[in-house]
Amino acid sequence: MQASDRFNINSQLEHLQAKYVGTGHADLSRFEWAVNIQRDSYASYIGHYPMLAYFAIAENESIGRERYNFMQKMLLPCGLPPQRDED
Amino acid sequence: MYLYSLTLQRATGVVCATIGSFVGGGKSQEIVVGRGKTLDLLRPDENGKIQTLHSVEVFGAIRSLAQFRLTGSQKDYVVVGSDSGRIVILEYSRERNCFDKVHQETFGKSGCRRIVPGQYLAVDPKGRAVMIAACEKQKLVYVLNRDTAARLTISSPLEAHKSHTVTYSVVGVDCGFDNPVFAAIELDYSEADRDASGQAAAEAQKHLTFYELDLGLNHVSRKWSEPVDNGANLLVTVPGGGDGPSGVLVCAENFIIFRNQGHPEVRAVIPRRADLPAERGVLIVSAATHRQKSMFFFLLQTEYGDIFKVTLEHEGDRVSELKIKYFDTVPVTSAICVLRAGFLFAASEFGNHMLYQFKAIGDGEDVESSSATLMETEEGFQPVFFQPRPLRNLLKIEHMESLMPIMDMRVVNLFEEETPQIFTLCGRGPRSSLRILRPGLAVSEMAVSQLPGIPNAVWTVKKNVNDEFDAYIVVSFANATLVLSIGETVEEVSNSKFLDTTPSLAVSLLGDDSLMQVHPSGIRHIREDGRVNEWKTPGKKTIVKVGLNRLQVVIALSGGELIYFEMDMTGQLMEVDKHEMPGDVACLDIAPVPEGRQRSRFLAVGSYDNTIRILSLDPDDCMHVLSVQSVSSPPESLLLLEVRASTGGDDGAAHPGSVFLNAGLQNGVLFRTVVDMVTGQLSDPRSRFLGLRAPKLFSTVVRGRQAMLCLSSRPWLGYIHQGHFLLTPLSYETLEYAASFSSDQCAEGVVAVAGDALRVFTIERLGETFNETVIPLRYTPRKFVLLTKRKYLAIIESDQGAFTADERETARKECLAAARMNENGNTNNRDQKENGARADNEEEAEEEDPFPDEQYGYPKAESDKWVSCIRILDPRIGNTTCLLELQENEAAFSICTVNFHDKEYGTLLAVGTAKGLNFWPKRCLTSGFIHIYKFVEEGKSLELVHKTQVEEVPLALCQFQGRLLAGIGPVLRLYDLGKRKLLRKCENKLFPRTIVSIHTYRDRIYIGDIQESFHYCKYRRDENQLYIFADDSVPRWLTASHHIDFDTMAGADKFGNVYFVRLPQDVSDEIEEDPTGGKIKWEQGKLNGAPNKVEEIVQFHVGDVVTCLQKASLIPGGGDCIIFGTVMGSLGALLAFTSREDVDFFSHLEMHMRQEHPPLCGRDHMAFRSAYFPVKDVIDGDLCEQFPALPPDLQRKIADELDRTPGEILKKLEDIRNKII
Repeated sequence: MQASDRFNINSQLEHLQAKYVGTGHADLSRFEWAVNIQRDSYASYIGHYPMLAYFAIAENESIGRERYNFMQKMLLPCGLPPQRDED
Repeated sequence: MYLYSLTLQRATGVVCATIGSFVGGGKSQEIVVGRGKTLDLLRPDENGKIQTLHSVEVFGAIRSLAQFRLTGSQKDYVVVGSDSGRIVILEYSRERNCFDKVHQETFGKSGCRRIVPGQYLAVDPKGRAVMIAACEKQKLVYVLNRDTAARLTISSPLEAHKSHTVTYSVVGVDCGFDNPVFAAIELDYSEADRDASGQAAAEAQKHLTFYELDLGLNHVSRKWSEPVDNGANLLVTVPGGGDGPSGVLVCAENFIIFRNQGHPEVRAVIPRRADLPAERGVLIVSAATHRQKSMFFFLLQTEYGDIFKVTLEHEGDRVSELKIKYFDTVPVTSAICVLRAGFLFAASEFGNHMLYQFKAIGDGEDVESSSATLMETEEGFQPVFFQPRPLRNLLKIEHMESLMPIMDMRVVNLFEEETPQIFTLCGRGPRSSLRILRPGLAVSEMAVSQLPGIPNAVWTVKKNVNDEFDAYIVVSFANATLVLSIGETVEEVSNSKFLDTTPSLAVSLLGDDSLMQVHPSGIRHIREDGRVNEWKTPGKKTIVKVGLNRLQVVIALSGGELIYFEMDMTGQLMEVDKHEMPGDVACLDIAPVPEGRQRSRFLAVGSYDNTIRILSLDPDDCMHVLSVQSVSSPPESLLLLEVRASTGGDDGAAHPGSVFLNAGLQNGVLFRTVVDMVTGQLSDPRSRFLGLRAPKLFSTVVRGRQAMLCLSSRPWLGYIHQGHFLLTPLSYETLEYAASFSSDQCAEGVVAVAGDALRVFTIERLGETFNETVIPLRYTPRKFVLLTKRKYLAIIESDQGAFTADERETARKECLAAARMNENGNTNNRDQKENGARADNEEEAEEEDPFPDEQYGYPKAESDKWVSCIRILDPRIGNTTCLLELQENEAAFSICTVNFHDKEYGTLLAVGTAKGLNFWPKRCLTSGFIHIYKFVEEGKSLELVHKTQVEEVPLALCQFQGRLLAGIGPVLRLYDLGKRKLLRKCENKLFPRTIVSIHTYRDRIYIGDIQESFHYCKYRRDENQLYIFADDSVPRWLTASHHIDFDTMAGADKFGNVYFVRLPQDVSDEIEEDPTGGKIKWEQGKLNGAPNKVEEIVQFHVGDVVTCLQKASLIPGGGDCIIFGTVMGSLGALLAFTSREDVDFFSHLEMHMRQEHPPLCGRDHMAFRSAYFPVKDVIDGDLCEQFPALPPDLQRKIADELDRTPGEILKKLEDIRNKII
C-alpha cells in the first residue's frame, strides 16, 4: 500500500471495518445489520450485571445460566442467514 | 427543576469478588467485592464477623476483579475490569484507608461493548502478567514487573485478538516459572454466519485455546487449540509448578473435564438432583480453589446451589482420575471464596450473603462421580443422581444483609412512628421477603429490668482506672440512690458507701481509684481505702448542676455560683476557685483530661439567657470567660467531645483531633461548634433538629473511640465511621438518661433508663443507614398495595417453573420417607411426631424441617408451570392473615384496590393474572384474568367475587372515577363492576406495545408503556371516550414510574436511567381550556402519535436498574424527595433544590470534583452519568460527598475556587444530607 492510499476514504473505511466489528458498509444486508445489533445487545446485557439480574428474575433462572444462554445466542442471534443470490 | 442525587444505601448485591491479602503484613485475608458501582473491602475477623473496612463508589460498572501478587511481595494488588475501556490496578493503603490507583491504562472506548475488553480478567498465578478480554475478539495481555525502586510497572498491551470469535471464559494457567500461559474457551462464528443451510452452525465447535506470553520476545502466540465440549462455560486453574498437574478444569453443562496440553481429557459427570427435569442441564456458576502445601481441591457450585468438591488423582503432571463429590448445598452464589482461616464466603446472587465455617472438608461418605466410573451409553453419558441433604461440612456463622433485588417499595408511616418506614419487597423464590427499613442503627437489647420507682438518672463506674469493666450501676431516683454491682448477675449492694437516702447528680471515678458522688447538698468522696470525705454546700444553697472529668469537678449552686475543685497530688479534692455567673446555670461540662496533662483547659457553661460560655480552668486565668456563643434556645445539656476525624485505617492513626462543643437545646436542636484548642474560641456552628425533646448528651465509647449519645424524643448516636463523623438515629424507644456500659458479656454497651425500667443494649451494624425487619414470603414478590384503612399489605407473589405448594409437599414427604428408610428404617415413630407437630403449629414443624427451601431452592419444573399467591399481611406483627394460592398455572402480575361508585361492596381488591404464560420461544398465554376480591373478616381475609377473562396479561390496574382502568397488553380499558364479571365501558387500543403502569390525577390518566415511555390521556365522560393527548418522543423501556404533579411524571428505564417528563405549561393550559380537551387535534392524527409531546426536564444515569420510585419524605418536617430502589438492592434519593444559590454551589463543587478527583476505576464521571442520554439538571451528591476524602491541600484548593473554606463545604454537604435523611 502506498502512502497516499492510506488516506483514501475507502481504505480508511476498510481499516475501520477491520478494527471495529459491526461498522457498516454500503452493501450491508438487513440480516447482517440485525445480527450485529443482536450481538451488541447480548454483549451489553452480559456486561451490565443489574440487567442480567433483571432478566434472571423474569425467567426465574440463575444469573450464571442467564449469562451462558446469552453467550450461546451470540452464535446465531437471528436464526439462519438467508440464501445468498449467486450473482 | 434541579435535583440532588444521593445514594442512601449502597448496592448490597455482589457482582464479583476476589480474595487476597490486600492490607498486607501478617497473614490476614480480605475480600474485595464489586457491587456494580461500588468497590468494598471486607474482612471476616477471627470471630466470624464480616467488617467492611472500606467502601468506595467508582462511578462505573465493575465487571470483573482479579488479585495478583508479585513474587516475594507480601501484599496483593487488585485488577479491575470495568466499562471504562481501561485497565486499572489498585493497591489498598492502610494508612489512609483507601484504594490507590497504581496504574490506569487506556485500551478502548468506554461502555460495556462487545469487543472492548473488561468482561474477563485472568492473571498469571505468579503475578507476571494479566489478560483482559472482551466477549468477542479482543484480548490484551499486560506484562507486570517491578522497577528498581520495587514499584509495580505495567507494559504496553500485547494483542491476542481473534476476529469472529466469542469468548466464554479466560484463566491463567499455572505453569510455574515457565512463560505465562492463559487459557480461553472460544467459539468461532464466522462460518455459521455465512452458511444458510445451518450445517455450519450445527457443527460450530468450542475450542480451548492456550495463549503463551513469551517473556523473552515480548509476544503472545496461540500455542494450542483443541475442540472442547460444546457446553463449556467456565475455566478453573489447576495448580501446577510442582504443586499439581497444571492445566485447567473445563466446567461444561453436566460435565467437568480436566484438560491440558498433550494430556488426554479426563471427564466426569456432575451429579444431578434426582428431581431435576431431564431436559435441564447442570451448569457450574461459581468456583473456588483451596490450596495447601500438600493438597488442593476445588469447590464448584451449580446453578441450583449444590456445591461439589472436585479432586484430582495425579502423579506428577499425569492426571489419572477426576472425582466430583457432593459437598453441601447453599443458596446460589455469584462468587465464593475460601479463606485460610477455615471460612467460606458465599456472595449470594439474590438475598443475604453468608459466611460459613468448615466443619469438615468433605471426607465423609457421599455421592461421588468419578472419571474412572464414567459410563457411556447410546443416549450419552450415564448420569449420577443425588439427593440434597442438610449441611454436613459447613456451618453458617454470619450473614450480610442484601436487599437484592428490590422488586417494589413504599415509603409510608404505617406504624405512626416519628419517621416513616420503607417497605420493600426483596429477594426471589423461597428467599423472598418483605423488609421494613427504618432509618437508624439497629439495637440489640441485652436486658430489661424493672426498678422500684421512676428513676431519673443512671451512671456506671469502674473501681479503678485500669479496670476493664464497670463495677457499679448507680441509679438515682427522686429521693434515693440505688447501687447495683455488676458481676455474673447485676444485684443491689449496700456496702458501696454511696449515700442512698438522697438523689444523686453525678457519680464517677475520681483520680485512679476513688469514687465520687455529687448530691444536692454536697460532694461525697469515697477513697479507695474506705475513707469518706464529705464536702457540704454553704448555707442553704444546693448543688444544681455538675460538670466533671477524672481530675476536675465544677459544681453550680442555685443562684449561679460556680465552684471549681481539682484533685491534688495526694488524691484530695481541693477547692480551687469560685465564680459568680450572672444567672442560674442550665448545664455544665468539662472536656476529658487530655493525655499527659494535669487538667483540661475548658469549661463550658450554658445559661438560661440563651448563651454558652467557655471558661478557662488554667491556673493563670482561672474562670475567665474565653468566648461566648449565643444560641436559639436555652441549652439543656452540654458535651465537649474530642473527634479524631482521621482518615486513618482501622488502627486510627494518631492525627490530632479537634474538640467539638455539642449542646442540646430546649427546642430539640443539637448545636455543634468547633472549639479552638488554644484560644477557646468557637467557630463553624452547625445545628440539627433531633426531635421534640431537648437532647441530653452523654459520652460513650464506640469501637474504642469517643462517641456521643443524644437522647431526644428518640436516641441518636454520633460516632466516627471510616473517618467520617456520623450522627444517626437508633431504632429504639425514647430514653431518659444513659451511660456507657462495659461488662464481661458486653464490651461496648449502653445502660439507660426509660419509664421505670433499666435497659442494657448494644448498638450493631455501625455505618449502616437503615435497619431492617424481615418477614419471609413464599415466592418472588411482584407488587403490593397498602390497605390504608386497616394498615395491612396485600402482596402478590409469583414464580415461573416451580411446583405448587401441594405438589412440593407430596414430593418432600416421599423424599423424606425414602431418606429415613435409608437411615434407620424406623419411620413410623417420627412421622407421627411430625404430623402431630404440623397439626398444632406449622412454624414449629418448619423448624424441624431438614430441607428448608431458603437453603435448597424450589425444585425446578417445566418453564410453563407457574405458582403464585395473594397474601394479606399485617406488618405490625408480621403475620399473614390470608394466603390464596392460585391454581392451574395462573400467576398474578398486578394489583390495586378499587372503590366502585355503586358502593355496594366498599373497597375491593383487583388482581390481574395470566394463565399459562410462556416467554420462549415467543410470548404466549392461555388467557389473562382480572380477579375481583372482597375483604371479609374485618379485612383479614379475601373472598373472590368474580373473575373476568381478558385477552392479554393485565399488567397495570388502577382505580379511576369509581371504575377500574386496566392495561391489557396494548389496550387501555375502563371497566365497571357487574354481577358476574366486569363490564367493559370504554377502551383505547392505540398504545404501542404493552401498558405497564397507570396513574391517574383528576381527569388525566398517565400511561406507562413497556418500551415507549409515557402517554398522557384524558377521559371524556360525556362522550365516553379515552384519548391520548400527549406522549414522549424518546423510546424508554419503563421499569418504574411515579406521578409527580399534574403535568409531570418520573420514570426509570431498563438501562438504569431516571428521568422526569413534563407537559409544557402552555400546552397543558391549552388542553385544560379547550372544551374538547385537545380531542380534535388528536383526531387529526398527525405526528405519528399524540399531537403534543412532553419535554424531558431531568435525566440521570443511576447505573443500576431502578425498579421502584416514590415521592416521600424520610424525615419529619422535611421536604419531599424521590426515593428509588434498584435491582442491586440500593436505595437512592433525588432532592429538589430550593434555591438557585445552592444549585450554583453544588454544580461548581461537582465540576471541581470531576476535575480533581476522577473516579477510581477510570470511567469519566460525566460520561457515566450520561451513559445513555446526557445528564440534565441533576447534581451527583455521591461525587460531592467524596470531598472529605480528598487530601487537605486539594480540599483547600477547591474551597478557594468556590470562595469558601473546606469547613463550610463540609457543612453544606452535611446540611443537604440532613434534608434528605
